[in-house]
Amino acid sequence: MMRKVAIVGAGMTSFVRRALETPKELSYQATKVTLDSCGLTLDDVDCIAHGTAPDAFDGLHQNGEYMVDGCGGWNKPTMRVYVGGGTGIHAVVHGWHHVASGLFDTCLVVCEEKMSSALPHAQAFFLTIFDSITERPLEPNLLWIFALEMNRYMERYGYTKEDMALVAVKNKQNGLKHPASQFSEKVTVEDVVNSEMMAYPVSRLDVSPVSDGAAAVLLASERVARRLTDKPVWIEGVGWSLDTAYWATRDLYYPRYTDTAARMAYDMAGIREPDKEIHVAEPYDPFDYKALHHLEGLQLSPRGKTVELLRDGHFDIDGNLPMCPSGGLLGVGNPIAAAGTMKVCELFWQLRGEAGQRQVPGNPRRGVAQSWGDLMQVSSVVVVGN
Amino acid sequence: MEDTIKVAGGTGLTADDIKSGKIFLTEDSLDCAYAWDTGVAVNRYLAELKQGKIIATRCKKCKRTMLPPRLFCELCFIPCSNWQYVQDTGIVNTFSICHVHWDATRIGKDEKPHLPAVIEIDGASEGMGIMHLLGEVDPEEIKIGMQVKAVWKPEAERTGSIIDIKYFKPL
Amino acid sequence: MNKKVAIVGLGFSGFGTTTPDLSYREMIFEAATRCYEDAGGIHPQAIDSFVASSEDFMEGISIADEYVPDQLGAVLKPVHSITGDSLQGLASAMMQIKTGQQNIVAASAFSKVSNLSHHEHLVSYATDPVYIRPFNENPYFIAGLEMNRYLHETGTTRDQCAKVVLKNRYNALKNPGACYGARLELEDVTGAPALSYPLGIYDMSGHLDGAIVVLLASEERARELTDKPVWIKGIGWATDTPNLDSRIEGMGSAVYAKLASQQAYRMADINNPFNEIDFAEIDDTFSYKELQHLEALNLCGPGEAGRLLELGCFSPDGDIPVNVSGGSLGAGYLHEANGLQRLMEVILQLRGEAGPRQLLDVETGLAFAWRGVPTATGAAAVISTRP
Repeated sequence: MMRKVAIVGAGMTSFVRRALETPKELSYQATKVTLDSCGLTLDDVDCIAHGTAPDAFDGLHQNGEYMVDGCGGWNKPTMRVYVGGGTGIHAVVHGWHHVASGLFDTCLVVCEEKMSSALPHAQAFFLTIFDSITERPLEPNLLWIFALEMNRYMERYGYTKEDMALVAVKNKQNGLKHPASQFSEKVTVEDVVNSEMMAYPVSRLDVSPVSDGAAAVLLASERVARRLTDKPVWIEGVGWSLDTAYWATRDLYYPRYTDTAARMAYDMAGIREPDKEIHVAEPYDPFDYKALHHLEGLQLSPRGKTVELLRDGHFDIDGNLPMCPSGGLLGVGNPIAAAGTMKVCELFWQLRGEAGQRQVPGNPRRGVAQSWGDLMQVSSVVVVGN
Repeated sequence: MEDTIKVAGGTGLTADDIKSGKIFLTEDSLDCAYAWDTGVAVNRYLAELKQGKIIATRCKKCKRTMLPPRLFCELCFIPCSNWQYVQDTGIVNTFSICHVHWDATRIGKDEKPHLPAVIEIDGASEGMGIMHLLGEVDPEEIKIGMQVKAVWKPEAERTGSIIDIKYFKPL
Repeated sequence: MNKKVAIVGLGFSGFGTTTPDLSYREMIFEAATRCYEDAGGIHPQAIDSFVASSEDFMEGISIADEYVPDQLGAVLKPVHSITGDSLQGLASAMMQIKTGQQNIVAASAFSKVSNLSHHEHLVSYATDPVYIRPFNENPYFIAGLEMNRYLHETGTTRDQCAKVVLKNRYNALKNPGACYGARLELEDVTGAPALSYPLGIYDMSGHLDGAIVVLLASEERARELTDKPVWIKGIGWATDTPNLDSRIEGMGSAVYAKLASQQAYRMADINNPFNEIDFAEIDDTFSYKELQHLEALNLCGPGEAGRLLELGCFSPDGDIPVNVSGGSLGAGYLHEANGLQRLMEVILQLRGEAGPRQLLDVETGLAFAWRGVPTATGAAAVISTRP
C-alpha cells in the first residue's frame, strides 16, 4: 500500500525573455506565491526538492547550492535532481519520493531557470551536451538533434511542416490566455512555416523561446493535505525512463523512453486505457512536433494518426483530449526546468477548476504531464487526479 | 470564470534597460579546461580513423556490431573484445540543413549551411548510426535513405579524430 | 513506507591519482560489474531504478545525466542524477525503495578529476558571482576563514588539526585503495607552506579518480540476493545558507552536519551517538573539518575533538575509530563520490572485509560527507549489521 501524496499549492513567476530578478530571486518569488496559495509558511515545509537545468547557463558550478536559499532551503534537507530538460516534471517525481517514502510530510518542489545570463546565447552552451570525443569536434548546434528527429518523424508518417505548425498555432493561442505568458501575439500556420529557417525542418516559430522564470508546487502527505484543503490533487502515478546515450543508434521516429515512462506511471495509477481515462494532457512541447511525438509515446494517440486527430479538433480545449491548455512551452515560454513544473501547476489548476479562461470544460478529473530532456532520451511522467 | 492562478515576479527587461545603464551587470567568462581520457574502445576508434578505417566492436551475445565501438555491450552488460572493421559507406537515416553555427549565430551570406546527418554505417548492425556531416551535395537533393561514402582528410592531416572524415558525400 | 532498506552490493574501480587507461564509462562499467557480482550476479535488467550523483562542471559535460545509463546497464530504465554528494544520491535511492514502487535500486558516483586542469577555477565558479567572485581569490581562502574561526571559538589548536593529517595518512598505509598513505611528523604538516592561513598545503586532501557503485534492496529482496546485507538505519542531509556571511552560527561551526546527523539519528533511533556508534568515516576534506564535524555530529562535546584526538580516542584502537580507511586526507578526495567512499569503508568494516585495518566487534557505523567549499551541505548515513 503506497502512501498517498497530494499537490496542495502551486505558483509561478511570469515567464520573460530577460528577467530583472536573479535566479535566487525568481526561486523566492515562485516559492512565496506557492506557500501563500495554500496559506503556509516556510516553517511548515519539511524539505526542498529543487531543479534547474545546465549550470552552464548561469556560469555557476554547483548551481543547486547557489539557488537553495531562494527556494527556502535554509537549514533544511535540500536535494537537487537533474535530468536535463526533463527536470521540471522530474522534480515533482523527486518530491513525491520524499513524501511517499514516509520520511517527510511536506515537500516544496521549486524549479528555476535563468537563460538570459548566458552570452551570446543560451544555445551555445548546448555544444557541451554532445559526446566530448566522438561528436563535439563536429561543432554541433543543439538544433541539429531536434531537426534530425523531426525530419525522421515527418518522413516516417508523411507529415508536412504545415501539419507540425498547427501545434505551434494551437498552443500559442492557448497561451494568450495564460497570465504568466511571455507572448501577446497570435500566429498563423503561414507565420510559422515562413518564419526564419534555422535547421531544416525547424523554423524559428517551431521552437519555444529562451526564457527566464520559476515555478513551484507544494506536496503533502494525505494527513496534512486533508487539513489544508478540500480540493487536493493527488499524485496517482509517476514514471521515468532514460534511453541510451548512443542516440544516433536509436530510431528517432518514436520516443520509446516516453512509452516506458508512461507505462510505469499508468501501471502505478491503475490506468489501462490512457486515451479514455485521461482528460487533460500536458505533453512536453519545446518544439511543435514534439507534442505530437510525445502524445504517441504517452499512448494518447495512435502512431501516425496524431495529425489527423489534431486537425479534427481532438486536442483542442473543448476536444476529447485537450492538449497543452496552458499554452505549453510554445505558448507560455520555456525557462527549461521551470517550464516542466508549470505544466504540473496547470494540471493542478485545471483539476480544481481554477484555470480561468483556459479552463477545460466538463470537470476534468485526471491529467498527465510529461517532460523530456538530456540527449533526446529521457521522459518523466506524472499522472494526477482528484 | 475568474482566473485564480497566482503569479508573482518575473520582471521583464528590455535591451534599452541594459544599454542605458539602468541595470548593472557583472561579467565573467569561465576558464575550464579538460583533457578527457578516451579509454580503451574510443582510443582504438580514433587510432583507426587516423589510418582511414572505421572499426566497430561486436557483442558475442546479442551479435550487434556496434558503433562507436565499446568495451562493453550496454544491453547484455558483458565485455566486448571482438573488433571488426566496417565500411566507410552508409545510408542517411535522417538529416538537417542548418543555418546557424554551434553558438547560435547565423551563418553568413557566403557560407554554406551545415548538413548534419545520422548515417547508418554499412557493416554495422542495422540502425547503428553515427552523427556526421554531408558534403559535395546540393541540400535540395538530400534524401533519407540516400547512400553516402566518407571523404577522408589527406593522411598527413589526420589527427585521430572523428573529423579525420571531412564529411560523407553521395555515392 | 516503513520498509527496511539494505545494501546488498558494492563495487569499485579506479582509485588512482590518474586513470588514463580507462574512460569514465569504462571505469564505471568495471565498478558496476563488481557490484552486481557482489550481489549474487544480478543482471542490471533486474534492477528497478538507478541514481547517479554528479556535477556538470566536474565532467565538462552539460547534462552529465545523459551519459549515465549505458555503463550501469540502465538503458530504458528509470535513471536520474542528483547534483549533490553521493550520500544524497543514496538517500534518493533509499526513498525510492521506501515508497514501495521500487525494490532494487543502484546508486553510483565517480571522479575523473584528473581530466580537469584547474579544479580551483570550478570552486570559484561555485561562489556568488556578484559578491565573492570579483575578489578573484583562490577559493580555498574560505576554508582558511572557517578554520581560523573554528580554532578561535573552540580553543582547538593548529597542532591538533595537523594530528588529524598524521592519523589519517598513517591509517591509509593499510588501505590498498588509498593513494596518500604516509608516515609524517608533526613538523611536516605545521611547517609546510600555507595555503590560506592557518590552513597549510598538507591540511587539504589530494585529488583522486575512481568509481563506486552500491546496490540497495528492500528487505524481502535483500534476503534473496545476499547473505551479508548491511542496513541503512538512518539517513539525513541538510543545507545551511550558501551565503558565506549569513550562516546561522557563523563560519566556525558546521550546522549542516548537526542537522543532517540529527535527522539520521532520529530515524535510526539513536539517542547517544557516542555510545551507539562503533566507528565513523567522516568528511576530512580539510584537517580541521574532521574535528569540526566530530563535534557537530555529536560524537563529542563542543571543543573537545582536538583533545580527544590527542588521547587516541579516534585512532583505530580508540573508543570511536574515525577514518580508519585514511579518509580523504589519506585515500584521496573523490568529489561527488566522497560520500560513497565514506560509506564503502563502513560497509567493508561491517562485513568484516577490511583486511589489515579490520576493526573488531563493530555493529554500527556512521558515514558523513560534506560537499566542500563554498557549500554548507552535508549528508549522514547510519549503517548497521542489524536490520
